[in-house]
Amino acid sequence: MRTVTVVGASLSGLYAARELRAQGFDGRLVIVGDEPHRPYDRPPLSKDFLTGRAGEDHLLLADDEETTGLGAEWLLGTRARGLDARGRTVLLDGGRTVSTDGVVIATGASARRLPGGGPVGVHTLRTLDDARALRAELADGLRQVVVIGGGFIGAETASSCAALGHTVTVVEAAPLPLVPHLGAEMAAVCAALHRRGGVDLVTGTGVTGLRGTGCVTGVELSDGRTLPADIVIVGIGATPNTGWLVGSTLALHDGVLCDDGCVTALPQVVAVGDVARVGGSRAEHWTSATEQPRVAVANLLAGRTVETARSLPYFWSDQYGARIQFAGRRRDGDTVRLAEGELIDGAPADGGFLALYERDGRTTAVLSVDRPRPFTRARRELARGRSRAQPAAL
Amino acid sequence: MIPVCRLEDLPEGESVRMETTPPIAVFRTDDGQLYAIDDTCTHQDASLSEGWLEGCLVECPLHAASFDLRTGRPTCLPARRSVRTHRVTVDDGVVHVHLTAQEGTAA
Repeated sequence: MRTVTVVGASLSGLYAARELRAQGFDGRLVIVGDEPHRPYDRPPLSKDFLTGRAGEDHLLLADDEETTGLGAEWLLGTRARGLDARGRTVLLDGGRTVSTDGVVIATGASARRLPGGGPVGVHTLRTLDDARALRAELADGLRQVVVIGGGFIGAETASSCAALGHTVTVVEAAPLPLVPHLGAEMAAVCAALHRRGGVDLVTGTGVTGLRGTGCVTGVELSDGRTLPADIVIVGIGATPNTGWLVGSTLALHDGVLCDDGCVTALPQVVAVGDVARVGGSRAEHWTSATEQPRVAVANLLAGRTVETARSLPYFWSDQYGARIQFAGRRRDGDTVRLAEGELIDGAPADGGFLALYERDGRTTAVLSVDRPRPFTRARRELARGRSRAQPAAL
Repeated sequence: MIPVCRLEDLPEGESVRMETTPPIAVFRTDDGQLYAIDDTCTHQDASLSEGWLEGCLVECPLHAASFDLRTGRPTCLPARRSVRTHRVTVDDGVVHVHLTAQEGTAA
């Protein structure tokens, strides 16, 4: 393989480039990124970056020395438009092409938006440019903020806005946010954190429209109410960036379909990160985006699937001064047992807690709030497959 | 020189966080060695005293960056910068940390 093109210059694209060099690929390495920025870390955007605690220099994923060491051709601010049927030519903006022997698809996902765009003051939070724009508005006096969507991005953004002193309401269409991630019981516990931050959580209520012609003035709800708003943040999920692959021979269905080793139907094309549906599931987790590239690159260089990437799902969220961590694969019907700590009025107590999801006498997943050490122990046991319920160490 | 705790109050395999500025983590490894490093992971805001201790390595509880307690150097991504190390002594049964003055790598 003489040329490998990594399409996507964010977390998983950078990790793929690192892996290519670490695993001995010494050919031409081309990295295409649609954003103009060098690879940066997204999780702080809704947290320390938004509150002003961290600047842009803290977001960079690779310093100058490492960037130089990768010896890559960076095509930033350049969008990939297509991949030919054999997976040998990447088509770029403006009709340019890159001839390549291997392709790593790492184009990530885009924030879902409300239909029809919106007036000034309506934001999403996915990219550095999104975060810059929102941060600038939040710095311009105290505002009434409405966050649409109570998922992790919504909750973290609401928490950051509240910490800055703004009046914040979160609107969630489902009866509870985060149920698919945490199950109803623990979703209710985590939803109670909004109270801790002085944020109103409106659930079971959809958004029917936005008020305001020039600037947004309110959010119209399905129950007939209108919430006044100067700033609206739309946090209703993300869709994988596969549009550029329509017309290629790759199978697309809520992501790029790959086997357990991140390999597509073309052995010289692999996919990693938020855009990849690996072995039937697509994760939008930071840790998956950092773990998949090692396996994907090994398989790419081998020309076939020699390794698989079935790591334990893990995610975390910082909101309202609490650190939520979750690992494992829970299913509806798992029982939840509080192994450490306690709840007060259905909310985490100050010392946090550790909860184990169990099924048929085995632990399937673990959730903690502010209990990183026992969480790590439980996570490692799950990863090793030692997941008997009631482990002696707990 | 800052007193931390009595040696018997820091069992093997355990750690303690000192609320200094910046905070410092003191570890007693399974074979009884004492080490002190800056507590905050150089990748993102997480307390290494709450990390996973294995031999002379501590793994960050948030993103699994790993640091060598002897040198402060990261042994894997996502951390790329070292944490400072500090000398530890035991005087009359009390663990003390001797702060390293200079910034940057301590190795």
